[in-house]
Amino acid sequence: MIEIRWHGRGGQGAVTSVEMLALAAIEEGKYAQGFPSFGPERRGAPVAAFNRVDDKQIKVRSGIYKPDVVVVLDPSLVALVNVTEGLKEGGTLIVNTVLSPEDVRERTKFKGTIATVDATHIAREELGVPITNTTMLGAVIKAVNPVKVESLNAPLKERFGRLAPRNMKALKRAHDELNLSTAA
Amino acid sequence: MAKRVGMEVAIAAAEAVGMCDIDVAAVYPITPQSHIAEHLSEIVADGRTDAEFVTVESEHSAISCVAGASGTGARVYTATSSQGLMLMHEILPIVSAMRLPVVMGIANRAVSGPLNILNDHSDIMPQRDNGWIAMFTENGQETVDLTIQSFKIAEHPDVMLPCCVNIDGFQLTHMVEPIEFPDQKLVNKFLPPRKPYATLHPDKPVSMGTFAMSDIFPEVMKAKDEALKNSKKIILGIWDEWEKMFGRRYRPVETYCADDADVILLTMGSMGETAEIGINELRKKGISAGLVKLRLWRPFPFEELKQAVKKAKILVVTDRAVSFGGPGGPVASEVRAALYGEKERPLIYNQIIGLGGRDMAVSDFVAMVEDAVKSGEKGIIKDYEFYGVRG
Repeated sequence: MIEIRWHGRGGQGAVTSVEMLALAAIEEGKYAQGFPSFGPERRGAPVAAFNRVDDKQIKVRSGIYKPDVVVVLDPSLVALVNVTEGLKEGGTLIVNTVLSPEDVRERTKFKGTIATVDATHIAREELGVPITNTTMLGAVIKAVNPVKVESLNAPLKERFGRLAPRNMKALKRAHDELNLSTAA
Repeated sequence: MAKRVGMEVAIAAAEAVGMCDIDVAAVYPITPQSHIAEHLSEIVADGRTDAEFVTVESEHSAISCVAGASGTGARVYTATSSQGLMLMHEILPIVSAMRLPVVMGIANRAVSGPLNILNDHSDIMPQRDNGWIAMFTENGQETVDLTIQSFKIAEHPDVMLPCCVNIDGFQLTHMVEPIEFPDQKLVNKFLPPRKPYATLHPDKPVSMGTFAMSDIFPEVMKAKDEALKNSKKIILGIWDEWEKMFGRRYRPVETYCADDADVILLTMGSMGETAEIGINELRKKGISAGLVKLRLWRPFPFEELKQAVKKAKILVVTDRAVSFGGPGGPVASEVRAALYGEKERPLIYNQIIGLGGRDMAVSDFVAMVEDAVKSGEKGIIKDYEFYGVRG
């Protein structure tokens, strides 16, 4: 089982990310969960959302405390939130940032795999807005491969309708432009 | 087998209602409502089901509206949670006394105060004695299945009682997970149109919900109690029918590794699945542990519970609500009453857990059982504890 924690700000669509990823995994015949950090929603405040993906039925319904993967949608959160809290030593940290993986390693002191991509830039170019939730799905797929890129087609179409192809293009760009630095 | 689809459980509950050919739904559409009502309104607006969707000014009106509609012979549904359910409280016993087969989805949440909104069972427990059938679901699949079954159970001529499906708020309602939907044609076969015993109609007037003084009031109460108790055998029959048609088996009390267990953990609702993993870990450690899960809260499954725990030496009953100044949690209170007459009964420890959304990890269930085993060895008697709570 792979457990993923997403960090974003209220309104940036972290919940949509976990929903899209769960739907894609289930579409592939896998088992998956996608859920928000429960409670009132506040636009702009740091929020988290979660995924579990497995080939077997998932029984556990508690929170995720030791994720395999952490995804950061908003570059400013690295300095504000302890994004690596509980992240497994051999885990993967994926950050939307202009910084290199080495710079992120320097700042977070995280020893596992670090991946970075300037998703804000991609989202601005492809979607016209700095909302990186769907873009960062591409980064997650490249880094840890929980689902196939094609499996996002149906969920994106269902959610975004005619905007789905643009989201898919942004997703694929993040997939291709990801900078990866394996465990130190 | 039908394909599993990914869906938020609250949305899935609404989809299940959409398969049941309802006539009227009434809801208060604002907090503390869940996606159940929102999505059901979309299903009705899109013409996917031919129903009236009434948005009323309070939950008190929502339950009153569906009660009235049910009196005309309509198949009805409402959904609420938390304070909304508390506001319905006054009407709930009227619905059961009038023997109206209203079905309600409850996204179980804490009641204020302090203001919280997260998952526990403190909204449903004050409704315990209102004469409703009450079932708890453990996952999205059960939510869909029990929602569809509820209409058949409630409307059965030997039952004619309202039925609520308890779906843990957030832990279930906000979870996207894989669910297998039954075939619509089979659902139509399983759930034919309602055949009401009597209906309100201007051409054929009847009185419903009339005045009853002391010469008849106690008899009505006794009849309600008997009807609710008798509903269990109908529920069992409907679950058998469901199993034959859809392949999934439901029982009032579900067990996991409990047959030979010395220590049994008891849960109700969505924590049962996490607790199962805890039982696996305890077994690996050499502790003979098992799990009993209550699906049916009313009518209370006394016999099934006695059977499920008869070999256990220790029983750890978890509760998601508090009976303040009383015997601990309401589930443990019921379990103790059920086992009081038994010659041999387990030592019972009551742990009040997960209040206001406090998370329970697998390790918490393991710790709870290990602690009970230690206490049991020393013969320590404890009424109840607030697990892991400070102060």
